Amino acid sequence: MSPPREGTPPSGEGRVVRVASGQGFWGDWLEAPRRQVEGGPIDYLMLDYLAEVTMSILQKQKERDPSLGYARDFLGAIDSILPAITGRGVRVVANAGGVNPRGCAAAVRALAADRGGAAGALRIGVVTGDDLLPRLDTLLAGGHALANMETGEPLASIRDRVLSANAYIGSTPIVEALQRGTQIVITGRSTDTALTMAPLRHEFGWAADAYDRLAAGIVAGHIIECGAQCSGGNCLYDWREIPDLGDVGYPIVQGQADGTFVVTKHPGTGGVVSTQSVAEQLVYEMGDPASYITPDVIADFTSIRLAPDGPDRVRVFGIVGRPPTPSLKVSIAYRAGYKAVGTLVYAWPDAYDKARAADQVIRERLDRLGLRFDRVLTEFVGASATHGHLAGPPSPDLPEVQLRIGVRGTRRQDVERFTRELAPLVLNGPPSVTGFAGGRPKVEEVVAYWPALIDKQVVTTAVEIQ
Amino acid sequence: MRVRLLDIAHARSGDKGDTANVGLLARRPEWYEVLERYVTRDRVAAHFGDLITGPVERFELPNLAALNFLLHGALDGGGTLSLKTDAQGKVVSTALLRMVLDVPDELARRLRLPEGS
Repeated sequence: MSPPREGTPPSGEGRVVRVASGQGFWGDWLEAPRRQVEGGPIDYLMLDYLAEVTMSILQKQKERDPSLGYARDFLGAIDSILPAITGRGVRVVANAGGVNPRGCAAAVRALAADRGGAAGALRIGVVTGDDLLPRLDTLLAGGHALANMETGEPLASIRDRVLSANAYIGSTPIVEALQRGTQIVITGRSTDTALTMAPLRHEFGWAADAYDRLAAGIVAGHIIECGAQCSGGNCLYDWREIPDLGDVGYPIVQGQADGTFVVTKHPGTGGVVSTQSVAEQLVYEMGDPASYITPDVIADFTSIRLAPDGPDRVRVFGIVGRPPTPSLKVSIAYRAGYKAVGTLVYAWPDAYDKARAADQVIRERLDRLGLRFDRVLTEFVGASATHGHLAGPPSPDLPEVQLRIGVRGTRRQDVERFTRELAPLVLNGPPSVTGFAGGRPKVEEVVAYWPALIDKQVVTTAVEIQ
Repeated sequence: MRVRLLDIAHARSGDKGDTANVGLLARRPEWYEVLERYVTRDRVAAHFGDLITGPVERFELPNLAALNFLLHGALDGGGTLSLKTDAQGKVVSTALLRMVLDVPDELARRLRLPEGS
């Protein structure tokens, strides 16, 4: 039998540093940063903008305009919280820099100058060194294969299609920027977790080999890096009982020098912080829980203990860390052909059978046209798209089923032709069809993700103060 | 006794490339024993069947009363390559919760497990 999920927490006395999460991805709630600085006292606001494919989108934007390539939502966020930064000393740590952290800082500087007053004298730290794209050929020539971590293929096989290449960097340069008195720290491809761990490490002076404490900071980062996903958002446990998601509170970590911390949210906000909401987030995107590898430390998620600590408060403690590996993970994005996805909706009676028949018609026509694809995938939304055979046979009484058909291939003209083959079915296919008002599907270029490892020694980060 | 996983566990899933992860958490700490004993790697692989093309790995987190499953080849190539509605495996967790377990009556009574219909 296992030890219980909830253990006996330490007393919780001592100085507390409050790190709030205001953004869980690029596209998250625009209101959240302002709500975090206005809802109650915090010391740091952490904003995470980067997902695996975000870097490649930003790289494309930078190709079109060299001053871009960063998360532009960040400017709106800064604008909405400037008084808290300049007046109350809230410090911001964000990986909004994308593939152009200097450009991002310049845009923030311009915005602050425009607002005038104390904002004009804002001290901004820029972390650089994660961008490996300019050095890629030198690295390959120097014997760094940058082989795909999943398939083992060497990067050379797709070198001419690479769009961006960034090493995931850790907390050290962020800590340095904070030590130099910056009010805003902007990074490129920093790990999501370092954005939370670095302020705690800076405040409490944790050494580079204080592995248990560093690991605790990483776990704190993992819990709040997806914004409200630990405070009631996307929470399956008793989801009907979770109050007022319309006014959901984003999470705040209250950290202490010994590495223990409390997860909470501002009073009066919606959502919930419970051992269940936190535990659901802990297992999100988890690999081997005993070895959560980061540039600073390997955190052991099997050591984490959770305990309730009052309403909307969960105490987290007992965390163990080990020395990190000699490698950094590298996020590489490359062009991988084209895709398009289209849909039609079929109505009762026999909605599912009609959608299936329509799929046969489309496939027959694609074959006859001699189009070549690497992949054609059909799903029946409302019948089996997300659960497959586990959903059981679809009822003939379903009011409607959405036929969703997608293709992917290297020949753009073939994917383009596919997008013309759906609408005709409205008049020349199975009956009772609707839902085509959105027009033809769009052809998208596929930018795929290539995870690799590189020797840490090769990557040198730097901090610039603007 | 037949027990629905949905009644004794909650779950969250996500992605790493073409691999979906499903974290399965006992609704009560004492029910972790049931997850650990009956929701085996083989049982999960059989449950998903041809919905996944690669192997299944299982990791234990008794401290959270949770198991973590890695379902390799679950996402039609994953990330931006995938043509699936659920390309990032966000709701694979709910597909796992459809599982029904056969638990010995004595154990089910001792742990007060809710009986599935």
